[in-house]
Amino acid sequence: MGTFVQQVFNGLTVGGIYALIALGYTMVYGVMRLINFAHGDLCILGAFIGLTLLSGAAGSGHPGVALLLLAFVLAIAVVAAAGVLLEFVAYRPLRRADRLAAVVSALGASVLIENGIMIVWGPNVHVFPSGLLPETVWHVAGAAITFVQVLIILASVVLMAALYVFVHHTKFGTAIRAAAIDQDTARLMGINVNRVIVTVFVVGPALGAIGGLFVGVYYREAYFTMGWVYGLYAFIAAILGGIGNIPGAMLGGVLLGLFNAFAAGYISSSWQDAITFALLIGILLVRPTGLLGERVAEKV
Amino acid sequence: MSLLAIDDLRVSYGEIEALRGVSLSVEAGEVVTILGANGAGKTTLMRAVSGLLGKRGGQIAFDGQDITRAGADRIVRLGVTQAPEGRRVFGTLSVLENLRLGGFTRPGAEVRASIEQAYEMFPRLRERSAQLAGTLSGGEQQMLAIARALVGRPKLLLLDEPSLGLAPIIVQAIFRSLRQIADSGVTILLVEQNARSALKLADRGYVLEVGRIVLDGRADTLLASPEVQAAYLGKGHAPG
Ligand SMILES: Nc1ncnc2c1ncn2[C@@H]1O[C@H](COP(=O)(O)OP(=O)(O)OP(=O)(O)O)[C@@H](O)[C@H]1O
Ligand SMILES: [Mg+2]
Repeated sequence: MGTFVQQVFNGLTVGGIYALIALGYTMVYGVMRLINFAHGDLCILGAFIGLTLLSGAAGSGHPGVALLLLAFVLAIAVVAAAGVLLEFVAYRPLRRADRLAAVVSALGASVLIENGIMIVWGPNVHVFPSGLLPETVWHVAGAAITFVQVLIILASVVLMAALYVFVHHTKFGTAIRAAAIDQDTARLMGINVNRVIVTVFVVGPALGAIGGLFVGVYYREAYFTMGWVYGLYAFIAAILGGIGNIPGAMLGGVLLGLFNAFAAGYISSSWQDAITFALLIGILLVRPTGLLGERVAEKV
Repeated sequence: MSLLAIDDLRVSYGEIEALRGVSLSVEAGEVVTILGANGAGKTTLMRAVSGLLGKRGGQIAFDGQDITRAGADRIVRLGVTQAPEGRRVFGTLSVLENLRLGGFTRPGAEVRASIEQAYEMFPRLRERSAQLAGTLSGGEQQMLAIARALVGRPKLLLLDEPSLGLAPIIVQAIFRSLRQIADSGVTILLVEQNARSALKLADRGYVLEVGRIVLDGRADTLLASPEVQAAYLGKGHAPG
């Protein structure tokens, strides 16, 4: 029982992080039919920006929660700006080009950001400062649940709910969904599709920066190739839920996190990845478009 | 001054010249139809007017403003909306969401009133307002595409083959609605292959052949002309 509850909380924490990052992949894919391979690196850029601020301020006597909040604001701002710049430089000039050109550009951007992080912060593993957040641990049914876990789970839920409301219950959110279905017809409605794309490249990286910073705060480390590691997991989560589908990315992230945690807790952490990929393949065999993948009608 | 004035418009897809110098005009309050065989360039013309395609040459003016290089969203704001070929409803959005998108550039209160009017014209859409647009029948989707374009409160409504693939009885219903829309004062530019119905509705017409206007005139004149009868009304063979 203790292990079960423990793994549920571990899984929800990691799942929340995967989901936040996965949303960026799925939103960009939804509107542009493009996998933004640089997304994971952008997210980890957020972790490094937070790390720099927190390390600099650690021991300054400022309250940890206020510092953390500032770190988030800064990380979100910088990463969202980087996202917009990325779209402008790497993808916009290739809108009408061959699909493969955009893929190559995405991979190039990923390498560029990853190496940029290495040049600025170095190739070694950085440790996040301790003592910023309360070390409170709750013991529930034999499991130990930390303050950081609860913070991450709650924040993920709130952010995902906010995104859902934005996309499904506002005028501009509906415009985003329309552009994802059919860009030309969206233009005929008077929707400025460029503005939709920029919005997607602000919202996706902003959520991703939060996810990236959560990775750093949870695992207390950051290294320059981390974007690929977490980016890959989040990408799998997006595929699992049905790429292009926003609730799908949320579901995929949480399921993947839970599955990871149970595989590690009940079987073996060294088999965790193999089991996770086996699950992915299994689900895709049964549902090739992912759990909530596009219904045929959407492809018009 | 014409509401829409197109002068020597040229549009190409790479090497293929789809419009080779098209000139036409639409006066406020008119219904004008464009007839032409498959591949004549009708859809190209409609998409060019709406700002979805770049132009190789020529000019388009709407309501006295040059819109040759205007973006699609600005053209909608100026008062040109379109029900495109193949209906193109947003299949995984509800009927109501589709209609609201039609009013994307308009203020909220006006959109609600426009949707109410659209429901009065097409009562079936009201019954199905919560249904996903992709699950509507072809005729209902066409009604939705027209209603959606009307919610944008157009001065000029572009319709690209609204009767495409529909049963004759539905086609009649659609044309009755178009008559009603025209009578309410909306100017219409209609592309059709159903030449008879289109010419009966229209005041004037143009005939487009491989990217050029080859014939134009009053609708009743065209309806009676041997060329149009032979090529588009399926009446026997042209003499000679
Ligand atoms: N995206 C495109 N790329 C290349 N050529 C195109 C494209 N769209 C249309 N064309 C070509 O331009 C010409 C005009 O096409 P258009 O769709 O405007 O014709 P249409 O009159 O609307 O025909 P239909 O009655 O079949 O709808 C055709 O020769 C067509 O093959
Ligand atoms: Mg056509």
